[in-house]
Amino acid sequence: MTSTLSRRDFLKDTGVLIIGFSFAGRTAFGAPGAQRQASPPLASDLDSWLVVAADGSITVFCGKVELGTGVSTALRQIVAEELNAPFERIAWVQGDSDRTVDQGSTVGSQSIKRGGAQLRQAAAEARAALLEMASARLGVPVDSLVVSNGVVTERSGTKRMTFGELVGGKRFERTVSGKAKTKSPADYTIVGTPVPRVELPAKMTGRHVYVHDVHVDGMLHGRVVRPASVGAKLLSVDDGALRDLPGARVVRKGDFLGVVAEREQDAIRASRMLVATWSPSETLPPMAELHETLMKIPATDRVVTDSGGVPAAIARAAKTVKARYTWPFQMHGSIGASCAVADVKRDSATIWSSTQGAHTLKNALAQLIGLPSDKVRVIWTEGSGCYGHNGSDDAAADAALLSQSVGRPVRLQWSRADEHGWEPKGVAMVMDVAAGLDEGGRIVGWDYAVWTPTHSSRPGGGANGAANFLAAQLAGAVPTARPSLGGDRNSRHTYTVSDTRVVAHLLQSAPLRTSSFRGLGSPQNSFANESFMDELAVAAAADPVEFRLRHLTDPRAVAVVKAAARLAQWEPRVAHSKNANSGASGALHGRGMAFVQYEGTEAYVAAIVDVDVDPTAHTVRVTHACIAHDCGLIVNPDGLRNQIEGNVIQGVSRTLKEAVAFDRSRVTSLDWRSYPILTFAEVPDAIEIELIDHPELPSVGAGEASTSPIPGAIANAIFDATGRRLRDVPLRV
Amino acid sequence: MPSSTTRIVVNGAPHDVVADPDTPLLYVLRDDLGLSGPKFGCGLGQCGACTVHIDGLAVRSCRTPLSTAARGPITTIEGLGSPDKPHPVQRAFIEAQAAQCGYCSNGMIMAAAALVARNKRPTRTQIRSTLNGNLCRCGTHMRIIRAVERAAELSVVRTGGDGDD
Repeated sequence: MTSTLSRRDFLKDTGVLIIGFSFAGRTAFGAPGAQRQASPPLASDLDSWLVVAADGSITVFCGKVELGTGVSTALRQIVAEELNAPFERIAWVQGDSDRTVDQGSTVGSQSIKRGGAQLRQAAAEARAALLEMASARLGVPVDSLVVSNGVVTERSGTKRMTFGELVGGKRFERTVSGKAKTKSPADYTIVGTPVPRVELPAKMTGRHVYVHDVHVDGMLHGRVVRPASVGAKLLSVDDGALRDLPGARVVRKGDFLGVVAEREQDAIRASRMLVATWSPSETLPPMAELHETLMKIPATDRVVTDSGGVPAAIARAAKTVKARYTWPFQMHGSIGASCAVADVKRDSATIWSSTQGAHTLKNALAQLIGLPSDKVRVIWTEGSGCYGHNGSDDAAADAALLSQSVGRPVRLQWSRADEHGWEPKGVAMVMDVAAGLDEGGRIVGWDYAVWTPTHSSRPGGGANGAANFLAAQLAGAVPTARPSLGGDRNSRHTYTVSDTRVVAHLLQSAPLRTSSFRGLGSPQNSFANESFMDELAVAAAADPVEFRLRHLTDPRAVAVVKAAARLAQWEPRVAHSKNANSGASGALHGRGMAFVQYEGTEAYVAAIVDVDVDPTAHTVRVTHACIAHDCGLIVNPDGLRNQIEGNVIQGVSRTLKEAVAFDRSRVTSLDWRSYPILTFAEVPDAIEIELIDHPELPSVGAGEASTSPIPGAIANAIFDATGRRLRDVPLRV
Repeated sequence: MPSSTTRIVVNGAPHDVVADPDTPLLYVLRDDLGLSGPKFGCGLGQCGACTVHIDGLAVRSCRTPLSTAARGPITTIEGLGSPDKPHPVQRAFIEAQAAQCGYCSNGMIMAAAALVARNKRPTRTQIRSTLNGNLCRCGTHMRIIRAVERAAELSVVRTGGDGDD
């Protein structure tokens, strides 16, 4: 399928605009003759992954996409390393359902771990192929050749051929065997170095093309008009006031309502001038009763782990402790409200979307608009950071419905209130914990229960996958019940305890639509487990760091806890044992720690935070954070630090400030005043990070891990400062 | 809606724009002039993603009507510098890798450039306070603060402090 995207391009320094630059003319990416295969490219075919042009430049086709975390730079390092190719000669195509392998959605901190492993294999296969070609062409054995910087050279001799000379413009015609020999990490020269982000010069000078900036010839501007209340029915629409707006049209499908106009400002006006009458609807619980309500929702119970002896162990304990923790609905809060551009024709469609999963979205959109999936192409285009399943996919569906209805390409932009009010929410949860301590201060039984709605309602996944779009639900579709996901993440603590039971009550519904937000259930469960660990340390009259080490046997876990303590110059003490905590300003000072191994299989993170609590002004500020982090092999240490800093700050924001407010009918957090996030005045003075590199071990997920210990560490620091144990997020003093 | 022609000067070039004078400058820049560096974030003046300079002052283009914008020369992030010739603030942001998704960066850079132009050596407190109305969700604040400090050093070296325009 060819695309007709016309992109506005801005000639350097002259201010001249060229309109009508053809995207279709650029698809070869300097690789003439290298035809892309039919959609979707097969992972087993080496030509699906990379193309070498005659001039030696390389284009990689990657199914994982850049969500702002720098992963496209890190993945490029992996390819350059394994191929022995110059990093700067590698171009990158991401998330195009016609042109990139379906590597699965860019989710779950798996892009380096799994996506990187696939790319490493493909690059190693390509290097092996290039060596074999050079051997045949130069008439020397493979093991007399070396590859360096895109050139194959005779080890002791003068014969050499560049990648371009060997394969330029032609296909490899080779299967990715999965058996190509990969490099020893000891020989890495690109992986493990802080290569600057490839796209930042364009981003910092306003040249980077986000999905919001896609311009298709003839496109209209669209806006949606959401129901006045959750569950409200559209009774009537009066569009009489729109008569004077050029090209303004109303699109209605059930309770889905949208407008289009020639000019963006007119689309906004139309959305406001339209008089829609909605039925009254009060489906939401009183906000103050949210957590009691959650616990009454019918649930499927999943036993995450049960050693069998928990009740007896707790009954025998010298001391028992129990507590309940709660977490509110939160929002992804992308700074850019969601946007998509759709060009739906009678027999085909192209949709530009900041989706996390172009291939999945393609199939779901095809269902939504009634086209065969091979006639639909999704071209991922970077969006505002999403931190999970934000409004991107829903906006794509909105755009597709509008475009199909009006027969023109449509750029659909959500308003801030659309985003805040209707993005799928991060999940409200309740966590109950009880445990016993023996005479020696060891934990002898740990009983944990969590009540959680699902953390995944992405579109796709089966014949009714389109019903997960908000637009489809407004138009009357009912989603198929799917297994609940993510609420048990890190519900099992990561300590060595003789008896543990963890039960997840997976709620079959929720007052608000929920989906994946950074960490899924892990920040919530880790908040409960790590706060409780501190409560147990207090009960055992133990130092919180020593108490954790007492219950850790995994050497990598021990190493991060000790590293964080060293970095923070931790002074052993029982929490809140010193009452001389006041600082000069009258603020109470405290410090707290937390440790999490994300998902029990991914990165190890220990956090120590310092807080200043002003009991009169009822404010808490995290002044300092020290993080120790082990995610195995580090691909790009500066990218990793950037990600960890971001997780710390977003974690502080979620812990201290964020709760989605609602009344009986609707979300009332509809802008940044009613849903405030952490500002420059509130961020810590310093975030110190110690990275523990293990080049000999595979990389594991690091995208989300360092969010999880932050809430517990802050709650523990507030307890240290004030003696008050706060168990309900957002923590309010 | 009533349309009329309004002359605005953007990045040194005059443009006659046919639009309702109440249209927020942001949509004129993005849709009529193809300058997509300024971003739509909230349309409420709460996040700063749409920031441009008018007469050297950082303003929210989502809340500035075209008619008001016509009163002074407008600079967008595209006019501030380019990948080949970045403004000291842009250079410092790139060197400090002071972004993740980069959606808020337009506002951060434009607000910082206006600050550095009038204050050669802003303190950390002044930087925090100037940027306090600019929201970042990725959490790159620490790097942004460092980048603005570095930009001030670069501006002094390059221009003696007249960093803007």
